[in-house]
Amino acid sequence: MADLAPAASPSVVIARASAQRGESRLWIIARNAFPFLVVALAWEVTAHLGVFPRKLFPPLEEVAAAFVRLTEAGILPHHVLDTLIRLIVGFALAAIAGVAIGFAMGRSRRAEDVLLPLVSIGAPIPGLAYAPLFLLWFGLGNFSAVLLVAFVSAFPIVFNTWTGVKAVKEIWLRSAQAMGADRQRMLRHVIMPGALPYVFTGLRLGLAQAWRILVGVEMLAAVPWGLGWMIFGAREFLNTDVMLAGVAVIGVIGLALEKLVFQKLERYTVVRWGMMA
Amino acid sequence: MSANATERARSAYRAGLTLLIAAACYEVVARSGAFPAALLPTLPKVASTLATSTLDGTLPEHAAYTMYRVLVGLALALAVGLPLGILMGRIRAVEHFCLPLASALMPIPSLAWVPVFILWFGLGNTVAILVVFYASLFPILLNAWSGVRAVNPLWLRAAGAMGADGTALFWKVIVPGASPFIITGLRQGFLRAWIAVVGAEMLAASDWGLGWLIFDAKEFLNADLMLASLAVIGCIGFLFERLVFGSIERATVMRWGMVRVAKG
Repeated sequence: MADLAPAASPSVVIARASAQRGESRLWIIARNAFPFLVVALAWEVTAHLGVFPRKLFPPLEEVAAAFVRLTEAGILPHHVLDTLIRLIVGFALAAIAGVAIGFAMGRSRRAEDVLLPLVSIGAPIPGLAYAPLFLLWFGLGNFSAVLLVAFVSAFPIVFNTWTGVKAVKEIWLRSAQAMGADRQRMLRHVIMPGALPYVFTGLRLGLAQAWRILVGVEMLAAVPWGLGWMIFGAREFLNTDVMLAGVAVIGVIGLALEKLVFQKLERYTVVRWGMMA
Repeated sequence: MSANATERARSAYRAGLTLLIAAACYEVVARSGAFPAALLPTLPKVASTLATSTLDGTLPEHAAYTMYRVLVGLALALAVGLPLGILMGRIRAVEHFCLPLASALMPIPSLAWVPVFILWFGLGNTVAILVVFYASLFPILLNAWSGVRAVNPLWLRAAGAMGADGTALFWKVIVPGASPFIITGLRQGFLRAWIAVVGAEMLAASDWGLGWLIFDAKEFLNADLMLASLAVIGCIGFLFERLVFGSIERATVMRWGMVRVAKG
């Protein structure tokens, strides 16, 4: 696994560097907005020049209009809601199963010997490759989609939890033991906090994985509602504006998951406990 | 040493036992007839499908198409992402322009672009290659960027004091210094590309490719063919990860002493 070590995300690094240089907030916002303005302008010019058919390359105001139209009609919120429910249910299943399996593998040699071969065989196969199999076994629709998302996002969680439990410093375990900690206390006060940075990395990777897979699964599994289905369905009618609006919403949700959910969670736990800078 | 060896032998023995038991369980369920044989083929049937489709050349041809798409997409991503990432790490103006764009585009899953690309470029190779490009670009770009930023400033100053000019500084200090990150980026890029190509082949049906093979097999309830191609996909991904990236790593970062060889 290449991406095990917990690392600060790019935006955090940049924010820190900017703060060091004492730049004003307004300047930072302007600087971040500038590239988007350039790209938007280039897009507008290309769209209005008519190099490509307007139906395939709509100007941004049409995309925005499609977004407003769909939101007002309640169609877009419904798609978003269904996608999010699928994501949350699938990810919750993966998190519970993944952390439990990872802990078992980290703590017990026997569990490690039994489970590691199974997990290592399943992991290198890309998640979407399982999709037709799941569809065949469990039928089209929600059940397959959620199950597949859970199955696929469990792998990074298992691997990272397992590594995290094994990476707890031997000296912590021994000193806790010397100070008379029983098994339960050891697990609760030493191993769990010690493994937590890795578990979080696993959860974060798992969620990112789930999100990437979910969009594809929704296109394949013929679910009645969902953002993936919305953009795939829009293709039939050459509704490029709807598709681009959908892609933008997908991007915003992805960004929000990363920023709001995990950075907050990390700040309240591992950073506060001094496990990570 | 010998205790370690017996330990490892026992682990291997248990691993083999687990796999045997899992296979036996599967076989019993498949043969019990609780599920239709078309949905849950027995393992010998999967193996014979694997053998026949390999021997008549269809499976290798599908695999070759998939590999072609992955490699072209990955090469494009490398050609764009690596120079841009290094420039972002060295020149602040480039960083300020590209980083916000990259952070905004990165959370969009590559598969979300498939319908858009299908409309723009039609069904076929272009869509798959572009999706691979999109999927692998950001890990390569961001890792190159953080790798260049993470080069120890002391090394730069030391090399400068010893009279290294810009070119020497770049090739002898910055590139080796950033190489562990760059290779990590390449690895992550490949993993994402491998996921993306299968999805793109399923959605942008193009008659050839392992993803297409699996998806097409669903229509005819060929679960044996699906399981056989799953095995091939897993094997190629695994081999690529181990052999190709393992040897790249040994030839560069480990030889330069940038990372220690992991023990065990």
